[in-house]
Amino acid sequence: MNAQVPDKIPFFRDPSKLSVFYQIMTLLGVVLLSYYLVSNTLANLERQSISTGFDFLGKEAAFEIGESLIDYSAADSYGRALIVGFLNTLIVSFIGITLTVLLGTVIGIARLSSNWLVAKLSAIYIEVFQDIPVLLQLFFWYAFFYEILPTPRQALAPLPGVFLCNRGLIFGVPHFHLAYIYAAIAFGAGIICVIFITRWSHKRQDESGKIFPLIRVSAVILVGAPLLAWLLGGAPAEMNVPALKGFNFKGGVTISPEFTALLLGLVLYTAAFVAEVVRAGIQSVSKGQREAAMSIGLKPAHVLNLVILPQALRVIVPPLTSQMLNLTKNSSLAVAIGYPDFVSVAGTTINQTGQAIEGVALIMIVYLIFSLSTSAYMNWYNKRIALVER
Amino acid sequence: MRHVKRIIPSMVAAICLSASVAAAGTLDDVKAKGFIQAGVNGDLFGFAKPDEKGVWKGLDVDTARAIAAAVFGDADKVKYTPLTAKTRFTALQSGEIDVLTRNATQTLGRDTALGLNFAQVNFYDGQGFLIPKALGVTSAKELDGASVCVLPGTTTEQNVADFFRVNKMSMNPVVIENTAELSKTFFAGRCDVMTSDASQLAGIRAVAPNPGDYVILPEIISKEPLAPAVRHGDDQWKDIVNYSVLAMIGAEELGITSKNIDEMMASTDPKIKRFLGVSPGNGKALGLDEKWAYNIIKQVGNYGEMFERNVGVNTPLMIERGLNALWTNGGLMYSPPFK
Repeated sequence: MNAQVPDKIPFFRDPSKLSVFYQIMTLLGVVLLSYYLVSNTLANLERQSISTGFDFLGKEAAFEIGESLIDYSAADSYGRALIVGFLNTLIVSFIGITLTVLLGTVIGIARLSSNWLVAKLSAIYIEVFQDIPVLLQLFFWYAFFYEILPTPRQALAPLPGVFLCNRGLIFGVPHFHLAYIYAAIAFGAGIICVIFITRWSHKRQDESGKIFPLIRVSAVILVGAPLLAWLLGGAPAEMNVPALKGFNFKGGVTISPEFTALLLGLVLYTAAFVAEVVRAGIQSVSKGQREAAMSIGLKPAHVLNLVILPQALRVIVPPLTSQMLNLTKNSSLAVAIGYPDFVSVAGTTINQTGQAIEGVALIMIVYLIFSLSTSAYMNWYNKRIALVER
Repeated sequence: MRHVKRIIPSMVAAICLSASVAAAGTLDDVKAKGFIQAGVNGDLFGFAKPDEKGVWKGLDVDTARAIAAAVFGDADKVKYTPLTAKTRFTALQSGEIDVLTRNATQTLGRDTALGLNFAQVNFYDGQGFLIPKALGVTSAKELDGASVCVLPGTTTEQNVADFFRVNKMSMNPVVIENTAELSKTFFAGRCDVMTSDASQLAGIRAVAPNPGDYVILPEIISKEPLAPAVRHGDDQWKDIVNYSVLAMIGAEELGITSKNIDEMMASTDPKIKRFLGVSPGNGKALGLDEKWAYNIIKQVGNYGEMFERNVGVNTPLMIERGLNALWTNGGLMYSPPFK
């Protein structure tokens, strides 16, 4: 019997060709769908005489914003107003994430404490803050600030030059002086210095086993260097002290109740989730590791820092990233309590210009940028601490 | 993901826009579904707010009821969509509502670039300032450096910024979208002064813990003709909304009220006969029943009745007729002839 020579496979049975075909068809479908959506939207906007495009960004905004990290007035453009909103979101997210990770880690570890009271208190904290919607928590903290604190005329003065009232926490800051720039540079140099000392001391410890008092030396460098620079710069001590003038305090720096309420609400809420993530991470490290570490005589702090945490971090980091993203996205709830974040400023812009599609697109792009850059950084960190298989 | 809720209305609007809006012929759509979907404030006493029994009350609500009375002969055939200042125009553009009666100011930009058409003004308003008496301020020009509570997403933010700039004063705005939340913040003293349309301020003052502690400053810093709005490009529907409001003004001019309307049906005055459809013509011209104006006045009342019932001096809002009086009494309310 002759072995049948297989015919040439027709293209519609060739899986590799078919898969290419399917992919092209899918791509074509996506392109056609987006073309349909975009052109139909434009046609409808045209038909309803709604203007389109991003020309409005250059126009005068003509509205004020409550707090801003950069100079801004109603005479500036919509573009600049949106940058103000962007920076406001950035600062609350950045400080929020930092505090959340610190607080969450402490509470997560505390929940596993052998001290009954500490463990139970942490558990109660987690259950309470995790279970109440974050919007309610924001309203609660905001109301707490504006209901409890006095008016500016009866402001509390816990320290000289520091005032606490329902307009916020107001405190003096030094007048600008070159010496502060020197101090900032000295601080930067100090950080680099500490990094090198850390490397050197680890190397020396690996080789000789001698332990270097790293924390104490670092603290001296980080505090001493800027202080020295400030002294050499002439030790300026003039302060921009706030004073009650008319309705509000003039001068100094104000931390508004809106900002504080938003930060507090987001941090306390998200920290409860982070605490659970940390607890899960620590519990994922097998008991034998801890016992082995203790049996070779490591101190409890070393057991945690050198044995448990490095292994736990691998489990902790991915869900932690997702909590960081949640905090950033939840910061858009700011509109509810009057903090001028990006969504709030963009909302005003949308209303005044009527260009909702452009405005919403900007909001989506901004949150995408925040989320992608956070993810990118955390993925890099995750890779760095990942288990190196040998 | 609660935060997403804040932008969902805009996104839905964007999607609806792309998916082709209900084409012209709002009247047919409305008749087919059997009710009018009206966008209202929902939280503004005197204009649109459900009472303790859940019945919608207010000047804007009555305006929507008048349109329903004209179209269906039944003022109750209205469903209300409470909208924020931010979402109101997109809700209208996207076809989610048929008419917007939500104390919206008519402006050139909204009439053109936003793709809306405004009908007859149902309330002439202006932006003012509400301030605690205890601060001892008597004029808005003394407000330099004040913290100002502002309702966002209206012309309010722009007006107040303009006013402070022109008078070379600084301000510190606190912008909260929800009227109730903003009022609470203001009453607690977070802001020195609150700004909005004077009518809204009257409404907010009425629900203050102690209304007597607050005063509306004399300065009115803007013109706010509040008018119902419809989508651009449906002239028939705009005519119906327009003449529903005008009919209430016309009835007041002619001395027709909800109480005496049945006697008026027997009137020999040709103007009244045309108005009430005893001499037919107006209804057909609008594409409505000849008794459309009769139904409005019978069920909702004339403009004066509507005003006094909702916001007048005998209500907690205590607003005088002022600009909203008939032209014959020194106001701006004037209706074209109904013929």
